Amino acid sequence: MTSAPRDREIAVVAFAQTAHRRTSEELSEVEMLMPVLHEVLDRTGLKTADIDFTCSGSSDYLAGRAFSFTLALDGVGAWPPISESHVEMDGAWALYEAWTKLLTGDADTALVYSYGKSSPGSVRDVLTRQLDPYYVAPLWPDSVALAALQAQALIDARDTDEPALAAVASRNREAATTNPHAQLRGPVPQGDYLVQPLRTGDCPPIGDGAAAVILAAGDRARDLCDRPAWIRGIDHRIEAHGLGVRDLTDSPSTRLAAERAGVFERPVDTAELHAPFTAQEVVLRKALRLGEDVDVNPSGGALAANPIMAAGLIRIGEAAARIHRGASDRALAHATSGPCLQQNLVAVLEGERR
Amino acid sequence: MSKEPVAVVGIGQTRHVAARRDVSLAGLVREAARRALQDAELTWADIDAVVIGKAPDFFEGVMMPELYLADALGAVGKPMLRVHTAGSVGGSTALVAANLVAARVHGTVLTLAFEKQSESNAMWGLSLPIPFQQPLLAGAGGFFAPHIRAYMRRSGAPETIGALVAYKDRRNALKNPYAHLHEHDITLDKVMASPMLWDPIRYSETCPSSDGACAMVLTGRAGAARAPHPPAWMLGGAMRSEPTLFAGKDFVSPQAGQDCAADVYRQAGITDPRREIDGAEIYVPFSWYEPMWLENLGFADAGEGWKLTETGVTELDGALPVNMSGGVLSANPIGASGMIRFAEAALQVRGQAGEHQVDGARRVLGHAYGGGSQFFSMWLVGDRPPDS
Repeated sequence: MTSAPRDREIAVVAFAQTAHRRTSEELSEVEMLMPVLHEVLDRTGLKTADIDFTCSGSSDYLAGRAFSFTLALDGVGAWPPISESHVEMDGAWALYEAWTKLLTGDADTALVYSYGKSSPGSVRDVLTRQLDPYYVAPLWPDSVALAALQAQALIDARDTDEPALAAVASRNREAATTNPHAQLRGPVPQGDYLVQPLRTGDCPPIGDGAAAVILAAGDRARDLCDRPAWIRGIDHRIEAHGLGVRDLTDSPSTRLAAERAGVFERPVDTAELHAPFTAQEVVLRKALRLGEDVDVNPSGGALAANPIMAAGLIRIGEAAARIHRGASDRALAHATSGPCLQQNLVAVLEGERR
Repeated sequence: MSKEPVAVVGIGQTRHVAARRDVSLAGLVREAARRALQDAELTWADIDAVVIGKAPDFFEGVMMPELYLADALGAVGKPMLRVHTAGSVGGSTALVAANLVAARVHGTVLTLAFEKQSESNAMWGLSLPIPFQQPLLAGAGGFFAPHIRAYMRRSGAPETIGALVAYKDRRNALKNPYAHLHEHDITLDKVMASPMLWDPIRYSETCPSSDGACAMVLTGRAGAARAPHPPAWMLGGAMRSEPTLFAGKDFVSPQAGQDCAADVYRQAGITDPRREIDGAEIYVPFSWYEPMWLENLGFADAGEGWKLTETGVTELDGALPVNMSGGVLSANPIGASGMIRFAEAALQVRGQAGEHQVDGARRVLGHAYGGGSQFFSMWLVGDRPPDS
């Protein structure tokens, strides 16, 4: 049971991210990542050699080549050799692996990073390669079309309508006004239909970006950060792949992960949701039982910047940074992977009471 | 804080072959997973989480295939993690799963690694051109051959050592029903007469291209107590990485490999690996890597590894048997190959390795490496729990 009390407390003590941009063609992935690694280490005063465990998340399919993560490791400066691992997933899951490692007591500090450049290719086409390779992928149903199926299912179920979706978009992008890293900031026109019922405004920007987080255990966390964001619970669950066997208006995996992470034990004041499409925020708000009193996506969320493979880790980082700043006492962070919210991770972060 | 001891209570693998045209990717992984569950006498409902690994997604042409494979692996409603650390991934995947148990995040975890190379073209998958970077040198053999040459010069090893390793591993494979290559007419002369591919690497000194999967069920003390067959206990496990290319890198004996082995031995209380370890499943995709890794892993002093091979120490009936299963040289479903090493080590200490069993094996090393000899993962398993 993930929410059970543990004899080892682990916290996010630092977070850094790039300015997310539509294209960064003048930079390699490593060049995009390096400043973020330096920034997150500088925030704690740690050097590479002080980090006990390193874990990253990325995808070869965005890079367009096999083993793309090996070069990023060179950027970390893995010499003398380091204890290191990689998930072919969003960095939120790399953070989960690092959290597990810290729990075993084998490490006191961990560096977690992830990055993705969507600009070199057509990300809508690329993501079709995630689908069942025999029966679905050959039809090339793209990520926007699948999200549109989900949005239409919600509208048919009267869980939302197009004006409500437009309001989700405008609220997120309004929030992003104060986020210097966001790609889309301030009022953005809702635009024409991209795939009905989704308009361009209902969809995330396509962009490049990277993020990094440092985790630390117990007193080490208190040494490194004035107000550590303690991970009170973290859990993730996956659902069936086939859209036809899922109720697209609900997210049972998010609900279960939230239960296991202890979300429902006490109210949260902030929620950073990884909802690249407006309709997905409607699904997640319901699954997570978020009321109007919760500040949802004060960063602008994935509708303001959605660097694939990093957007989930950024949600955890943004939630933690709010706790570091004293703007939140108990925050929820969520990450998703797969078509129509197939896989979901939920973390609860808390700052010590002042 | 104390860690939960980790036990291997179920092991399953597929027969590794050039092309499993009778099953899909989902069918392949499910076959290995079901065998592991059967071995543990558990059902899908007993599994709390799934950790899956494979080498690059381009090898099958499916991006993040764990999403599609969730149903086939009974993961719906459960946590599922996907590990990718190049060729070492099979080992790393098992270690990530083991940490879930050790940290008491989950009670019983299914871990699985696979590759279905016949679905696509691994050479193509490794050969996508990247601007401003040297192309891969005619496959993995082209990359590793110069490092083998460096080892030969440095150690003074005779040119026959590579053939001896290949001859041994292919004979061992005849005793392993899951091995891809079953060359019943193999002779040392045939190995030495096989065509030169990347001098000094001959055709018969290289690994095949295989379809296959390997799965294990990992659990803690309580789960082990309920297990129907003797478990293998993890006595130590570690991962180490270093950069691909830099001036100070020793490709013959990378520091990351040495550090990784030292960490495993420290955890397991091993001070003299050559005497205290009863066998090793080592990731040897090109035969010369047996003597190289014997030195890297501390089984022999620098420059002396080839002597263990030459004098028969690493034979199945030698003092330190290496690659009893036939090794990567006899079956290489890339993403699974590391986990097969880990699983074969566990089979040995459980006394379940069948015809390639080493009598009285109590502590056996499983080893994997990947990238340009930059990623290492290893575990040492024993027939007794770590505290006893």
